[in-house]
Amino acid sequence: MREHLPILPLLLTLTGALVVPIVAVISRRAAWPLALAASGAATLAALGGVVEVLGHGTRRYPVGGWAPPWGIEVVLDPLSAFTAVVVAGVGTLALVTSGPGAALVYPRGTPGFYALALVALTGFLGMIASGDLFNVFVFLEIAAISSYALVASGGGPALAAAFRYVVLGTVGASFYLLGVGFLYALTGTLNMADLAQRLPAQAGSPLFVGGALFITVGLALKMGLFPLHGWLPDAYTYAPAPVAALLPAVATKAAAYALARILLYVVRPSELPVTAMLAWAGGASIIVGGVLALRQQDARRLLAYSSVSQMGYVALGLGLANPAALAGAYLHILNHAMMKAVLFIGVGTMVLRGRGPGLATLGLGREMPVTGTCMVVAALSMVGVPPAGGFFSKWYLLQGAIEARQPALVVAILVGSLLALVYMYRLTEAVWFGESLPGATSAEAPLAVLIGLVALAVAIIAAGLGNSAIVTRLLAPAAAAAL
Amino acid sequence: MNYPYWVAIGLLMLGLYTMIAHRNLFKKLIGMAIFQTAIILFFMLTSVKRDATLPIVVAGVTDAGAYMNPLPHVLMLTAIVVAVATSGMALAILIRLHAAYGSLEEDVIAERVAADAERQPSPPSGRA
Repeated sequence: MREHLPILPLLLTLTGALVVPIVAVISRRAAWPLALAASGAATLAALGGVVEVLGHGTRRYPVGGWAPPWGIEVVLDPLSAFTAVVVAGVGTLALVTSGPGAALVYPRGTPGFYALALVALTGFLGMIASGDLFNVFVFLEIAAISSYALVASGGGPALAAAFRYVVLGTVGASFYLLGVGFLYALTGTLNMADLAQRLPAQAGSPLFVGGALFITVGLALKMGLFPLHGWLPDAYTYAPAPVAALLPAVATKAAAYALARILLYVVRPSELPVTAMLAWAGGASIIVGGVLALRQQDARRLLAYSSVSQMGYVALGLGLANPAALAGAYLHILNHAMMKAVLFIGVGTMVLRGRGPGLATLGLGREMPVTGTCMVVAALSMVGVPPAGGFFSKWYLLQGAIEARQPALVVAILVGSLLALVYMYRLTEAVWFGESLPGATSAEAPLAVLIGLVALAVAIIAAGLGNSAIVTRLLAPAAAAAL
Repeated sequence: MNYPYWVAIGLLMLGLYTMIAHRNLFKKLIGMAIFQTAIILFFMLTSVKRDATLPIVVAGVTDAGAYMNPLPHVLMLTAIVVAVATSGMALAILIRLHAAYGSLEEDVIAERVAADAERQPSPPSGRA
């Protein structure tokens, strides 16, 4: 079993995705527990991967026994182990909370939702595990196509949002594929480790520059980075509540990971302006996303634009590419996944209870005190108040920006936090002190939702308190390998 | 010698232009398909070699230079499957959109979405 740890998480979710619809023929109620079992097992396998990496270092797994560079390789190193835990763990908690909501949203049965959610998780975990550029493309599309279906399952305006998502998402994936084609034409290999050795000799080639640019643009689009974020606000606003609990939390993170992996560990464009470009796009994303979030009246759209802003922090850290900035970017992948999951789950639950989605009618947090409190914890993390996790990732990013002597980016990080303070204040105020619609149910969220929310809120604080352990054991070695 | 690459680039631009310029969603989808096909063509071109034959071993010919590179073909077989799945997904969404709004014109759909939102401030979150 131990030697299969690198590939185990995605095999478990893929198996779950196949089993759920088959068992659904006999019992439709089994879909939720089965999906939880599959994603929970994947989380345990991912945690096992972290233990393995801490104990024995990087593990390479040749799929089917074919040795790389000819065969396909799956790699378990500090960065991929860390990101797999983030995606599988937050994904599992989002699925824990999805049960009561999914039953309301999908009256004709939930197995389709759970099968698609597991396929999407398989895609994200595959992007993280893969050590091969073309395999990243395949998993990217597996995740994307199931995401399109999940968003479209909302019906009505979600269909228009899903179509936009399909077209723009395909453009992003195609740009990525084109970039991979350039690098393949240049080196004749697709294996990441092999490419990393062959590319430095080709550093001046226009194919190298073009390949790096196309890959960066394609994955930045998937991350929802300004100005390529056009698909994100509508898709995450109109996605049905159980989908909005899952996708906004993990989808952009897998893309951010793929970008970090390829740009910093394979292409290593030390002489190219690509990383500087990414840092500036990140800074612009922080500001523009934050300003747009301020202006929203729909709570879900506010959160969607906040994602554009927060993914800007990740891009900024990846672009600066010094040890502190990278640690901050990787840590922010974890923190943003958790806080955005809490906020979308909270808002989704309130909307299903007949409130909102407008901020003006979101109120009655007082009658859902646990949900409201968890959302406040997430909001504090978003603003960057210690000891919540968000403070520490922004702290590392700030150090990185100061080390890189980029005063404009330092200002962007600080202004982004101020913007987050204002838009999170608006949301929190609406939740706790706002008006409600007449006839809205006034009761606490269902138990399953509370379990997921409290677990995520506790994890946000724990990630803050344990940040130095995470950084020194996992993220600092990952950052060092990039430099 | 390199003119086939210009065909691929031309198709790529044509697809991109179609996606941006047309307001009809079905035409956007056609643009997307052209865009994907252009990239498949580009990969195919990277495997082409002068005076080389199909990558099926001919008895007695062991020189690798005599065969075209089969790997781009295999990769694009997968990419074609992905493109088919994406197009299928997009077509399924278009059918549902047409059933819901009676049109595939982006502007008309946007108008009707806005009208629905006004009539019903808190829409139900979804349907199966």
